[in-house]
Amino acid sequence: MEKPVNNRAWFLVLPVLLLVAFSAILPLMTVVNYSVQDTFGGNQFFWAGLDWFEEVIHSDRIRAALGRQVLFSAIILAIEIPLGIFVALNMPKKGIWASFCLVLMALPLLIPWNVVGTIWQVFGRVDIGLLGYTLRKLGISYNYVNNAMDAWITVIVMDVWHWTSLVALLCYAGLQSIPDAYYQAAKIDQASRWKVFRYIELPKMQGVLLIAVLLRFMDSFMIYTEPFVVTGGGPGNATTFLSIDLVKMAVGQFDLGPAAAFSLIYFLVILLISFVFYTVMTRQKEGE
Amino acid sequence: MMAVVAETKGRGAALVMALYLLFLMLPIYWLLNMSLKTNTEILGAFSLWPKNPTLANYRTILTDPSWYMGYVNSLTYVVMNTVISITVALPAAYAFSRYRFIGDKHLFFWLLTNRMAPAAVFALPFFQLYSSIGLFDTHIAVALAHCLFNVPLAVWILEGFMSGVPREIDETAYIDGYSFPRFFVKIFMPLIASGIGVAAFFCFMFSWVELLLSRTLTSVNAKPIAATMTRTVSASGLDWGVLAAAGILTIIPGALVIWFVRNYIAKGFALGRV
Repeated sequence: MEKPVNNRAWFLVLPVLLLVAFSAILPLMTVVNYSVQDTFGGNQFFWAGLDWFEEVIHSDRIRAALGRQVLFSAIILAIEIPLGIFVALNMPKKGIWASFCLVLMALPLLIPWNVVGTIWQVFGRVDIGLLGYTLRKLGISYNYVNNAMDAWITVIVMDVWHWTSLVALLCYAGLQSIPDAYYQAAKIDQASRWKVFRYIELPKMQGVLLIAVLLRFMDSFMIYTEPFVVTGGGPGNATTFLSIDLVKMAVGQFDLGPAAAFSLIYFLVILLISFVFYTVMTRQKEGE
Repeated sequence: MMAVVAETKGRGAALVMALYLLFLMLPIYWLLNMSLKTNTEILGAFSLWPKNPTLANYRTILTDPSWYMGYVNSLTYVVMNTVISITVALPAAYAFSRYRFIGDKHLFFWLLTNRMAPAAVFALPFFQLYSSIGLFDTHIAVALAHCLFNVPLAVWILEGFMSGVPREIDETAYIDGYSFPRFFVKIFMPLIASGIGVAAFFCFMFSWVELLLSRTLTSVNAKPIAATMTRTVSASGLDWGVLAAAGILTIIPGALVIWFVRNYIAKGFALGRV
């Protein structure tokens, strides 16, 4: 059934529009403002045109941060999506155990992000952390403070720990919507486990999986607090992702112009990739 | 035959879940373990459980206003944010789920883009904006700032749940002589109660876990607990026990909320779109 056209519906949207305009457009205009001006302190601003944008685009430091960011998000998606599906397939369907699993799995999602960082910072320490201590006792050299590879592994394992449950819970919700009759039909046809997954479960999970991919992509691309608490962006710049670099630039060095230009480019990159996901999502929904 | 197959699969599944939950719980257990030890014990002999469990770390936090006010501040702005977000999102979600109007699709996508905005981009402008209107270091400033990503999310979730309610219900109510506000509150809201619960849960969650904005927008009076943690640690050397206890205390509100919504979690995480 088609939705009726009614332009008075704008009145219902108005409160949201005003609120979000206040907290999104006003600050964004400030950023745009800074990105095209230069200042030598005080309140004196000079027109800088697109200089900052050129500087940012050609900056090796920002390119390196972007490279690390893309690599990080790719690894995160490559691990969390399959693992989340796998966990969801193994979850109990109903009963007390299902609630038990749900509650425990949701727990990491509700821990403040810097506490997540603190937990892993402590957990990985070789002197007082369970993980670091055990690895040392096993004779494996591991130190996330000095070794870039170890820092990366720690940050990735932390993110997998933190967010895989979100993917799993989304997929679980998708699986719950499959009627029993589908499985019975598959059983009668003697479909293999793989075929049940490929032709029944995966198509039913497609919608929620796209939400999962979208959310995980956006949030991993914007990650700041957790790696910052664990590694502070180090060793060196090894785990300096885009947000960490941006905050260093804006708050640490107070380079407002380049930081603003950087912000806008950063935002546009996320927007562009998310738009592709969103288009795919809605197209697929209409196709159903 | 079938039963045997199902049983072995069940055992394998149980093992997978047990390992996964162990992976999730170990780091949290380690924090709990540390919070029950004294600093000498933490830095001294390595042990898997506290030899002399002590609540001294918790006592330190719960008797010192500069510590426990952090919790009060966090909860205050989180609740304010949740109430604001749900209140403005309800009518908007209704409009999106029931009508077509000029620019509706663009507006919906624009709202979603705010969910994609990196907090790092907005930290400094927010600081200047709220300072200039005299709201710096107030709870309402943080609550409004968090609306940036919570309002779009709430609209998105509620729209999903509302689209699941047949439109005939609206039409019947109007024929019966209900006005729009009365219909909305008396009939429609009870129908999507679980959706409102889920949206509130997500608003609570994202506002509770966020630190970058809430730290930037506060200094003393509205400082969140998460920020209190980081500062005290750097000031007084590393008091591992108190740090761990503070961390455990930040997990508790989340755990309570999950417990209340546990029956809606599965549907809720699909944002009503299953």
